[in-house]
Amino acid sequence: MPMALIELNNLQKTYRVYQKKEGLRASIKGLFKRKYKEVQAVRGIDLQVEQGEFVAFLGPNGAGKTTTLKLLSGVIHPTAGSATVMGHIPWRRENDYRRRFALVMGQKNQLWWDLPAQESFRLHQQIYGIEPDTFQHTLDELSDLLGLRELLSQPVRELSLGERMKMELTAALLHSPEVLFLDEPTIGLDVVAQHNIQQFLKYYQEKRKITILLTSHYMKDVAALCKRVVIIADGQIQYDGSLSGIIDETTNRKLVTLQFADPIDKMLLGSLKRFGHIVHHEAPRVKLGVTRDDVPAMLTAILDAYDIDDLIVEEPPLEEVIADVFARVSETSATQSELGLSRSNDTQVGEAE
Amino acid sequence: MTTAVSSSSSLSSRAKTWWTILRISLEERFVYRGDFALGTLMRFLPIITQVFLWGAIFAASGNNAIQGYTANAVVAYYMLTMISRAFSSMPGLCSGIALQVRDGEIKKYLIQPIDLLGFLLITRVAHKLCYYAIAIIPFTLVFYLCRGFFENGWPEATVLVAYGLALTMGFLLGFFIEASLGLVSFWFLEVTSLVFVYNLLNFFLSGHMFPLDLLPEWANQMVRLLPFQYLAYFPAAVFLGRIEQDELWFGLGVEACWLLAFVVLSRVMLNRGIHRYSGFGG
Repeated sequence: MPMALIELNNLQKTYRVYQKKEGLRASIKGLFKRKYKEVQAVRGIDLQVEQGEFVAFLGPNGAGKTTTLKLLSGVIHPTAGSATVMGHIPWRRENDYRRRFALVMGQKNQLWWDLPAQESFRLHQQIYGIEPDTFQHTLDELSDLLGLRELLSQPVRELSLGERMKMELTAALLHSPEVLFLDEPTIGLDVVAQHNIQQFLKYYQEKRKITILLTSHYMKDVAALCKRVVIIADGQIQYDGSLSGIIDETTNRKLVTLQFADPIDKMLLGSLKRFGHIVHHEAPRVKLGVTRDDVPAMLTAILDAYDIDDLIVEEPPLEEVIADVFARVSETSATQSELGLSRSNDTQVGEAE
Repeated sequence: MTTAVSSSSSLSSRAKTWWTILRISLEERFVYRGDFALGTLMRFLPIITQVFLWGAIFAASGNNAIQGYTANAVVAYYMLTMISRAFSSMPGLCSGIALQVRDGEIKKYLIQPIDLLGFLLITRVAHKLCYYAIAIIPFTLVFYLCRGFFENGWPEATVLVAYGLALTMGFLLGFFIEASLGLVSFWFLEVTSLVFVYNLLNFFLSGHMFPLDLLPEWANQMVRLLPFQYLAYFPAAVFLGRIEQDELWFGLGVEACWLLAFVVLSRVMLNRGIHRYSGFGG
């Protein structure tokens, strides 16, 4: 079987974090003897990504998404397990590898603050050894797509956050990386800027067929861009598949909204509870969560019994479904640690001088 | 310097990279031209106190010369250490590295095919060139006005060559010492107190405050075993002709050894530090 472009096998990363207790006494004690907590940020991830895929990493804060991207870009090396990207082991940091990928972090700035972005781009041209013609062509293309032409000669510190993010993206793409890691590229941006960046990424990825891994908290980013979604929580993959599949696989609920012609009374609400739980109720509408298989029978019964003006059957919102998945993961890990199965984060407290 | 770009790239393209970095950091420096001009001017104020201080010391001692230094020679010495320091001092280098480690900006050098030390060295050369470009005017003026303190006039050509070498190596030595200090931040996030101690030692042991040959023999011997003298005293003493011919080349040789030692040290620290960073931090 040929190797996937990005391949992770049982990848693990444990950090050691200094545990300081409150107060001066503890601080002084900490000078001599320190307690460290082992935090397992990534607990064995297996993943294959093929060339040309656009994959989203979803997960709550601290789930291990960014750690995974850092591992793949070679900034940190793993505690156990292996990974290859385009045949390279990232944490060896070979120049050949570093020329072929890029990492953009929404909260980190790579451009020279006091100079126009143009100058940082020139530097990138030299660092990555980009031919002058190719460089000019790529820069023209990117700045047209992102609408940056007029801003190239303005000092970076004078740009808006959205403009700066576009500059960061441009800088990252100048050397035409084959693999792009994006860590929350739209964080803190307004809706318009977010949309612009989504549109750009979509267009660029489809045209260049590059491979992109993206982490984001904005479901809109994910829905707009990624066919494949990997949910990471608690340092492990909880789901790997299509976006629509999340709903099919993780919930068997549908939302049914009914608009009644007659006023809604307590009796009516009571009888509706037979079919499912009431999510929301504001006369003349009632929104019910109903088990998928029960929907047809329920609709028949209700249409028979009441005068209905309007009717909507829909999937539950993605955010909710995913939040449910996250919540379920943290519940299981909490129960397991209560049972002594030790999967929670702070299992090994070691001491070191 | 060591390779900053891929080993496969030719020498000329590497030179081009360095040139671009240099040019861009020059541009960056000139953004702060006001700060420069003021900083440069303020540097000369201590001369006045030195003139009065040493005038008083010589008057009180009743001697014309102390250890072969006349009052004029001490002021000349002091002015020359200002030039030494203009080469060897590295404002913000150590704390800059520490800051980059702390806020994670160091990642840039792990992700991009570029070498941190080489990059910092080039940007530092740019800082210095910028500084000299502006400082040459007041320096020339002050040295012209104070030419009377230089009783021996210009030194001979070989001494001038040695002086140039001493200054250049002083710059590199200052850079690699402070870079090594800054790299300590891979192990201890806070290096401010370390920098403070270094600056203090530097102030006294480099001869920035007074000529090192005024020290008692035993102290002088000890100070000579340390690298600090090359940051201020040595170049100034070379210019003033206080170092004999054969001692001169020996001194430069020792300076080169110190330089090499700190180049190697900073390189090893960078490699270990990155290893540690990627193992624990991120």
